[in-house]
Amino acid sequence: MTREELVAKTNEILAEEFEVEIEDIKPDGDIKKTLELDSLSIVDMVALIEETFGVKILGTEVSKIKTFDALYDFILEKVNA
Amino acid sequence: MEKRRVVITGMGIYSCLGKNLDEVRDSLYTGKSGIIFDPARKEMGFRSGLTAFIEVPDLKGQLSRNQRVYMPEQAKYAYVATAEALRNARLDQDYLNTHEVGLLYGNDSTADAVVKSVDTMREKKDTTLVGSGAIFQSMNSTVTMNLSCIFKLRGINLTVSGACASGSHAIGLGALLIRNGLQDCVICGGAQEVNPFSIGSFDGISAFSIRESEPTKASRPFDRDRDGLIPSGGAATVIIESYESAVRRDAPILGEVLGYGFSSNGDHISVPNVDGPSRSLKMCIQESGIDIREIGYINAHATSTPVGDRNEAKAIYNVFGDNCPEVTSTKSQTGHEMWMAGASEVIYSMLMMKNEFIAANINFENPDEDSAKLNIPNKRIEKKFDTFLSNSFGFGGTNSTLIIRNL
Repeated sequence: MTREELVAKTNEILAEEFEVEIEDIKPDGDIKKTLELDSLSIVDMVALIEETFGVKILGTEVSKIKTFDALYDFILEKVNA
Repeated sequence: MEKRRVVITGMGIYSCLGKNLDEVRDSLYTGKSGIIFDPARKEMGFRSGLTAFIEVPDLKGQLSRNQRVYMPEQAKYAYVATAEALRNARLDQDYLNTHEVGLLYGNDSTADAVVKSVDTMREKKDTTLVGSGAIFQSMNSTVTMNLSCIFKLRGINLTVSGACASGSHAIGLGALLIRNGLQDCVICGGAQEVNPFSIGSFDGISAFSIRESEPTKASRPFDRDRDGLIPSGGAATVIIESYESAVRRDAPILGEVLGYGFSSNGDHISVPNVDGPSRSLKMCIQESGIDIREIGYINAHATSTPVGDRNEAKAIYNVFGDNCPEVTSTKSQTGHEMWMAGASEVIYSMLMMKNEFIAANINFENPDEDSAKLNIPNKRIEKKFDTFLSNSFGFGGTNSTLIIRNL
């Protein structure tokens, strides 16, 4: 999977699940603020990534992923590992 | 301390007879049935494919994703009913933010959410994939936990689980809190999920009618040829308040909760008796302090089961004798709304009282030995009445009776 494909797919599933406009998802945007995530709904983001890409994000890892760019990099590294 | 008067200031409903009070009033007036045959249940191995038909409301645009994700279907029904009741009671968010408004809602299952969570855990062996909403959807108090957060309520906040009397007990208990000065206003009600998983085992014990060729004729409380109940659901909200509070804020005063009676059969887990319901009726009448001849209508619990209807007919006749007013079961139109029924049937009776009619006990064609002693109209009657009694009985022998007067 190319980075471009992964970005498109990630944005698509996140926009649909968290009911935001896809254009509002910017690479350097803050994930929590953009998707209006709280301590519960962030679990749904982790589950969504796991279901879509087969990539598990641990609790210690998710707290370090602040921007969408960081999320794409994390997923891509795991997918291509 | 002098006990305070408890009045009804708002109502809202989402049922198989309509999605608001006006639609439900019209359905009651015309004798519409909310029952259908659902072939999918037969494919799942159900003995009976009969059920009420109710659409799950789409709340996108009204509630955020982070609010909706914690709500199973019955919480969505309850939200719609409660929003209508709050509007009618003229209770806005500013008032709720600044007063201790309570919430007591009847609910006694949330099977669909539990089944889906367990299926995910078994299949995926990963609890994260169950999702953040599952725990809040899977608890019996799901309706009260959701509504209290959505409407930012600050008073008492708990779910009443009393089987098919849950909604009635919720109103009765709320009235006690107000009567004794512990709350000024309580949002009461009952909610019931409508999905196959929640009632599969109920079907398994042969409790449901199998008159599948005539769905709208299958629910026939008190009729000689009744053969079981039809599962139904939705939600109903009744806002009760101290008389002083209602007057102070110039709220519409619709009726007064005169009495709440209750009892336990202390008997079989599913087979009702005559003594328990009779004691609930007598207690309610005594608490109300009225002459039974003032009661102009009885909304029976009668679910269309052979034993239950017979024993309730006996209990009503034992208590009322020849002073018995018209008796009907609105379950002839709705099926059995179970955890919701005690609250919805107060609303059905209120709508009839306010509009001066008694809805037909549809499908009552031939009485049996006990129902023959009661006055059960099978056609709508235009009648003005000012006081009614509503019965609700449940598994485990829990009984609840309410008497309400028009204001």
